Amino acid sequence: MPRGTPPTRRVMAQVAMVMNLDKCIGCHTCSVTCKQTWTNRTGTEYVWFNNVETRPGQGYPRGHEDQDRWKGGWRLKGGRLVPRSGGRARRLARLFANPELPALSDYYEPWTYDYANLTTAPLGEDLPTAPPRSLIDGRPTDITWGPNWDDDLGGGPDQLAADPVLRQMNEKVRLEYEQAFMFYLPRICEHCLNPSCVAVCPSGALYKRIEDGIVLVDQDRCRGWRMCVSGCPYKKIYFNHRTGKAEKCTLCYPRIEAGEPTVCSETCVGRLRYLGVVLYDPDKVGEAARVPDEKDLYEAQLGCFLDPFDPEVARAAEASGIPHDWVTAARRSPVRALITDYRVALPLHPEYRTMPMVWYVPPLSPIVDSLTRSGHDGEDPANLFGAIDTLRIPLDYLAHLFTAGDTAPVEAALCRLAAMRTYMRRINLGDPRDPAIAQAVGLGGDDIEAMYRLLALAKYEDRYVIPTSYTGTLPPDTLDDGCSLDGNGGPGMYDAGLPGMDTFHTPPAPEPVAAGDGLRGRVNLLNWNGRGTPRGLFPRRRESEQ
Amino acid sequence: MPPHGEKGRPAVTHRGARKAAERVAGEVAERLLQLGQQLQGTATTSDRRAVYRPDQQVNDAPYRERWAHDKVVRSTHGVNCTGSCSWKVYVKDGLITWETQQTDYPSVGPDRPEYEPRGCPRGASFSWYTYSPTRVRYPHVRGVLLEMYREARQRLNDPVAAWAEVTGDADKRRRYQDARGKGGLVRLGWDEALEIAAAAHVHTIRTHGPDRVAGFSPIPAMSMASHAVGARFMALLGAPMLSFYDWYADLPIASPQVFGDQTDVPESGDWWDAAYLMLWGSNVPVTRTPDAHWMAEARYRGQKVVVVSPDYADATKFADEWLHPHPGTDGALAMAMGHVILREFFVDRQVPYFTDYVKSFTDLPFLVEVERRGTSFVPGKFVTAADLDLSEENRSEEDRAEAGQAEEYRRWKPVVFDAGRGAPVAPPGTLGERWSEHGAGRWHLGLGDVDPLLTFYEERAGTSVEVLLPRFDQGAEGVSGGGGTVRRAVPVREIGGRWVTTVFDLLLARYGVHRPGLSGQWPEGYDDAELPCTPAWQESLTSVPAGAVVRAAREFAHTAEKTRGRCMIVMGAGTNHWFHSDTIYRSFLTLLLLTGCQGVNGGGWAHYVGQEKVRPYAGWQQVQSAADWVRPSRQMAGTPFWYLHTDQWRYESYRADALASATGRGLFAGRHTADLVAQSARLGWMPSAPTFSDNPLTLGEQVRAAGREPGQWVADRLRQGQLRFACEDPDDPANWPRVLTVWRANLIGSSAKGNEYFLRHLLGAGDNASAEEAPPESRPRDVTWHEQAPRGKLDLLLALDFRMTSTTLMADLVLPAATWYEKHDLSSTDMHPYVHAFSPAIDPPWQARTDFEIFQSLAAKFSELARGRLDTRHDLVATALQHDTPGETAQPGGVVPDWREAGPPRPGHNLPAFALVERDYTAVAAKLASLGPLAEEAGMTVKGVTVYPRAEARWLADRCGTARPEPVRGRPLLDTDVKLCEAILALSGTTNGRLAAEGFARLAERCGPDSRLETLGESVAERRVVFSDTQARPVQVGASFEWSGKEGPERRYAPFTINTEHRKPWHTLTGRQHFYLDHDWMAELGEQLPVYRPPLDLAALGEHSPTGVGSARSVTVRYVTPHSKWSIHSEYQENLLMQTLARGGPVIWISVEDAARIEAADNDWIEAVNPNGVVVARAVVSHRMPPGTVFMYHVQERLVNVPKSEATGRRGGVHNALTKLLIKPTHLIGGYGQLSFAPNYYGPTGNQRDAVTVIRRRSQNVEY
Repeated sequence: MPRGTPPTRRVMAQVAMVMNLDKCIGCHTCSVTCKQTWTNRTGTEYVWFNNVETRPGQGYPRGHEDQDRWKGGWRLKGGRLVPRSGGRARRLARLFANPELPALSDYYEPWTYDYANLTTAPLGEDLPTAPPRSLIDGRPTDITWGPNWDDDLGGGPDQLAADPVLRQMNEKVRLEYEQAFMFYLPRICEHCLNPSCVAVCPSGALYKRIEDGIVLVDQDRCRGWRMCVSGCPYKKIYFNHRTGKAEKCTLCYPRIEAGEPTVCSETCVGRLRYLGVVLYDPDKVGEAARVPDEKDLYEAQLGCFLDPFDPEVARAAEASGIPHDWVTAARRSPVRALITDYRVALPLHPEYRTMPMVWYVPPLSPIVDSLTRSGHDGEDPANLFGAIDTLRIPLDYLAHLFTAGDTAPVEAALCRLAAMRTYMRRINLGDPRDPAIAQAVGLGGDDIEAMYRLLALAKYEDRYVIPTSYTGTLPPDTLDDGCSLDGNGGPGMYDAGLPGMDTFHTPPAPEPVAAGDGLRGRVNLLNWNGRGTPRGLFPRRRESEQ
Repeated sequence: MPPHGEKGRPAVTHRGARKAAERVAGEVAERLLQLGQQLQGTATTSDRRAVYRPDQQVNDAPYRERWAHDKVVRSTHGVNCTGSCSWKVYVKDGLITWETQQTDYPSVGPDRPEYEPRGCPRGASFSWYTYSPTRVRYPHVRGVLLEMYREARQRLNDPVAAWAEVTGDADKRRRYQDARGKGGLVRLGWDEALEIAAAAHVHTIRTHGPDRVAGFSPIPAMSMASHAVGARFMALLGAPMLSFYDWYADLPIASPQVFGDQTDVPESGDWWDAAYLMLWGSNVPVTRTPDAHWMAEARYRGQKVVVVSPDYADATKFADEWLHPHPGTDGALAMAMGHVILREFFVDRQVPYFTDYVKSFTDLPFLVEVERRGTSFVPGKFVTAADLDLSEENRSEEDRAEAGQAEEYRRWKPVVFDAGRGAPVAPPGTLGERWSEHGAGRWHLGLGDVDPLLTFYEERAGTSVEVLLPRFDQGAEGVSGGGGTVRRAVPVREIGGRWVTTVFDLLLARYGVHRPGLSGQWPEGYDDAELPCTPAWQESLTSVPAGAVVRAAREFAHTAEKTRGRCMIVMGAGTNHWFHSDTIYRSFLTLLLLTGCQGVNGGGWAHYVGQEKVRPYAGWQQVQSAADWVRPSRQMAGTPFWYLHTDQWRYESYRADALASATGRGLFAGRHTADLVAQSARLGWMPSAPTFSDNPLTLGEQVRAAGREPGQWVADRLRQGQLRFACEDPDDPANWPRVLTVWRANLIGSSAKGNEYFLRHLLGAGDNASAEEAPPESRPRDVTWHEQAPRGKLDLLLALDFRMTSTTLMADLVLPAATWYEKHDLSSTDMHPYVHAFSPAIDPPWQARTDFEIFQSLAAKFSELARGRLDTRHDLVATALQHDTPGETAQPGGVVPDWREAGPPRPGHNLPAFALVERDYTAVAAKLASLGPLAEEAGMTVKGVTVYPRAEARWLADRCGTARPEPVRGRPLLDTDVKLCEAILALSGTTNGRLAAEGFARLAERCGPDSRLETLGESVAERRVVFSDTQARPVQVGASFEWSGKEGPERRYAPFTINTEHRKPWHTLTGRQHFYLDHDWMAELGEQLPVYRPPLDLAALGEHSPTGVGSARSVTVRYVTPHSKWSIHSEYQENLLMQTLARGGPVIWISVEDAARIEAADNDWIEAVNPNGVVVARAVVSHRMPPGTVFMYHVQERLVNVPKSEATGRRGGVHNALTKLLIKPTHLIGGYGQLSFAPNYYGPTGNQRDAVTVIRRRSQNVEY
């Protein structure tokens, strides 16, 4: 890692995610596999690193987007960014009584049932049942709120009207049967470029990893101040009430480091998640996060991203310590393509000014009933783009999620999706390609077809382009008498043992390999003792690779 | 690693000291940061926004340790879901930790999405069960029963005698039956548990008969070995297996009616091929979660998606358009679409592709007689070669002579009118050529030079006759004589002294598509709302705008025209669970058949309701029915079984003719539905179990003593009145089912429609029903009525499960089963073309055992106790006239040949067929664990094709080893679950190409060389899948005679492609897909053609609200039970993860308007009450719901968070507490072509959608 003066242009790499909401079926498989893997333990019963919200709806925790109440993210103050939760002194003053902390009732009080009653109930008068009990205090409880309470528009207009996004909208949306609309919003930590959670931690326990941008809590440094819980506008940092430490989505770094997608991605039945590398200029982030008009934040963040095809960027990246494979991964990155090339993916709540790195393709939706009634023909390309604002999901709603209220980028993204459908329908029905459809949304036919491959075919190797980690220390390549996992403290080693320990039961130390055996560098497999990496069995690394 | 530094310098404000302090702190931080940069040489961003700290160690070990695991094992989830997803099960320190989906399905091609990752949140939460507090860890028994048994056992020193005493003593019997479902379960050891179960079986078989024992285990495809081992045990005993698919109402009865096929549907990957997709009553994201992505992705190819659903369902999000008809009126919408398509694509303009298709592959050109009924005419029977005394003109002399020999088969040859010859012709491929000797090589769909006329219509010179067609859209359904009629002329010709028309002409009349010159009541145009079946007419019934329907119909047909049939309708339980679902489905299928979409990739019906596909069918079928040892096995239709034995018929106070058409002949007058059930049994239409009032072992001995042929002996006894069918007196203790074993199932909590009647009559437990019994004038004519209905018919309810369910709560004996992650098994589905394995991640913990192990040990104990008590006996087995056997040609003409009215009874003709089966009850265990010789000696018959697995039997002997003791010496061993799986794969064409090739060769002999079926067989002959292949990775199966569609690595499975591409006939009367059904009972109900029938009016059918409800602040609503997002039937519904993501207990979704009416807010406790029972749940208020309808997602049981009801003071009921079984008479038809029984193929459905209930807000203080 570079020390001292950075190179002229520092390039950083982030593993980022795009979710195509147009494909999300709202099944919550991601939530369950994530919870099963990471948070089904005491202290984190109420914690869902990944959750799926039905919108419109209040989400989890309840109304988390209401920053007037929760004070998450940044605000612009005199041209400078300050955490909405206040400066350091204010936060320190509130260490022990933080009113901006969602209460358990805002998440939900986790419960279980007296399941044992089903098997052990003595002979009585009626069928045994298992009444609910609180997982917090073990007492009988009444279930009045949950992590997914408004799933599929449950709760009715009374509850859904409290959706902070609905309240922000210019036009009042009627929550009625005929006007019904909904879509799903899966949410994880945004692993922001400008994370407010990191900034507000009094203990310096939160950090953004240099090599891949994953934002983590150092479990040793965390003192449980919970400032990060308030500071994160997405409410994606949780307090483990057993360990007294903060926990959050780790982007499954043990998997990412191995080149595998996160659990939520790989188990996504809708096949809507993409993971890939994005290169960015860290020195532009602060400026971009400070643009005065919220509506410019989307473009400003785009301006931070670097083009990995640009030889200058590639050189600077490698000079910044980013391995070559990461640069090529950035070129093949589906995330980069959806964000930058096709411009169909948009950031979630850019107005929080955290520069989020989990982006979303907005959803299409059915046309409204009034058009159905009149015999509107959505198939006709001439009607196509006119139809975007007749879709059931109000553009304004999407714009308040993704573009700080600016409907233009949302409309453009939806038009591209719609154009792709129309363009491909002609091919599907055996008609000649019509490049005019692509041009109408600012793309070429080739672009549309490449985008189609990414969004429709969405093969595993195209959804996830994840280079393996470069954090580990490569074994010294001069060693030729041991396994690559050997060496003091190496992952393949047992502890060397304490003085006086019975040496018989410790693994035998590697013996020197009998060199040559007259076979001129080749290994005689008949008398090789299986230890070490004898010369000739494995090719020697060249100097240039060291 | 770098913590970002604090950065922004706070702006100076005038808000006092705190602000000043903040500023100071900020400035200090800023300075420190600068200092740090200088001193430590740490890097920052240029604006000092962030600090790079490569120097710090961080502790990220906890998450690495959390992720670390010891092994990953491939398995899946074994029943009730048809997903068949392959999963990775993670094991750490010997414990199952979590699961994620496998992603290694073989590719389906470079130009389409893949199957990975298949799964859903329910499956993802499965591992919770392994160590959950609801896990059944030990054998359990009801304490009172155990006490009495032990006492008797000790005193009598004989387990069988002990069981006989406890169940035979009225007082003791009452004591333990009354305790059912009321707790008091106690642990016992495995040996004792098995002894009790075995003793019950021995006693019951000896005293009452093997047909008084029954097994229930559904959906075999999802864990074939676990299902098969128990079914095999039952078959060796002679106990019936109860059908489930029809009982669940998942069987789309229109499929046998139209296709002559149980259900065959495209794999989900074929949705991709569709250019137009309708999701009709199917909420794919919820009910086909692993496959929903195909629908989302196919839109990007330009597929148009229309969702038809009364609520704003999850699938609606993906629609281009949402049509929301009133629940249950979907048929009207489809009829109107059919009206538009017939008008615009068949009458005003003809589309060659459509015309050719319907002439080749449907019954539209076939001739139907127009019959005189009083002063009018009605559509009658298909005209057959026998009717016209047709010598088949296009045949050689020799052929004709041969045909003469098969005179009787001419009654099975319906005719068309050949335009070229100007005469009627019996085309090849009809049922008359399927079973007859002379039909060999002629059973195919090649028309040769025959050009069938679709219509007799001629604008000027044509003759026509006005026919009466029923309509049911006016007034209340359920009133005798059901609604009215329309009178419409059809063009006719006089042939052989009969007025004859075509099915096509009748169809146009049915759909109200007028042609000039034809008289009658015809609509004026699309906007005529008065007469069926115009778009405006449907709007008045469904509320869907007429314009939307016209456009949908046009787009649908235009797309089909352009793509040659690539329009698909995914149809689901929302349209299939209705009483009249067959009419709804036939109106859907009409759209697909008219536009040539069936038998085409990307087209046709896609019925996904509890459907499954045991892809290795022949092998599973063989081992599960123990057909390798004994034939025939007993099979029973589930719905009539439960209808009679839970006494739901006693609460049905309408007459069977209440549902009849005004054009009917009064066949049901004065009769109760139970009478029709009994009639269907005695005519051999439906099976019946128990069969006779006597023990079939006793009857078997009598037959042997008499030295008579069993069928003749039975016929004589019946004629003399010395023998009585049990179904004619189901409440006589002699006729009760006595022992029921349920495994891989939750009968009581999940599928028991009329749940409270199960509790009351079958089990003798407490219940919440308040319905009144039928008054004397409405009671059955032929079925005996006992003044006092019996309570507690079952002696033993035995349940095998790994979790507590309503069934285990009610069961007398509960055996702890292994979970799906603890055993070997096989899984397949119709949603994808692969077969893949279950493998144990851990051995069954505590005292759990696999189903395989449990049945093996039960069989061992049974065989031991049978020695000296049963030994070898002869069992008189009755078999219904079965589809895909010559039995389907038993009753020509589709009449009702009741021998009681016009004798004599003739076995196999107007009576079931009978056989004597020898059973060595001491060898049950030995036979269960080895493969018998009958498969290779007598062959395995699947769908009418017989193959001989001789090579496979040898291979299995080599692979599995052979048995030592007599009488199974030398037979291949099936003594482990892996060997049973191996046998299933080896004995099936889909997984063993040699058998597929043999089957195709047999089929080619019947269908002729032009069918090229032999070539198809050769293309798969080398394929072979063994069990270890399926453990390594899902393996694609090959094409086989077992299924109707072609398979291939480059080809998605679509049904009936073998029919369309190889001209193989459908298994129907005409050999084509049927619009027209001419059976007497179809005519009686007015359903010869697709017709709109509204939901039942239960009030008109005599169902009255219980007194005291329906008062203030209550609302009467339609009560619908769609499939849940948080469970697969009852499984997962009590799983903590799922309940956490749902609402934590039972809920009913209710519209904003209805909630306001009962003054209920979201999450308030409410009660739903109707005569059948009570449900206590919380309200989910949502504007997604239409007013007037509530959803209670099934299955919500009483297991978690169900308080006592205000209405009865007892625990609220399950979702099925508000339903009651009603049987549709036409589902009982048998012995007539495709309308013949086969297990899970044809039989009454246990429909439950037509229910209504009263809902009110209840006290919010609840008691558990």
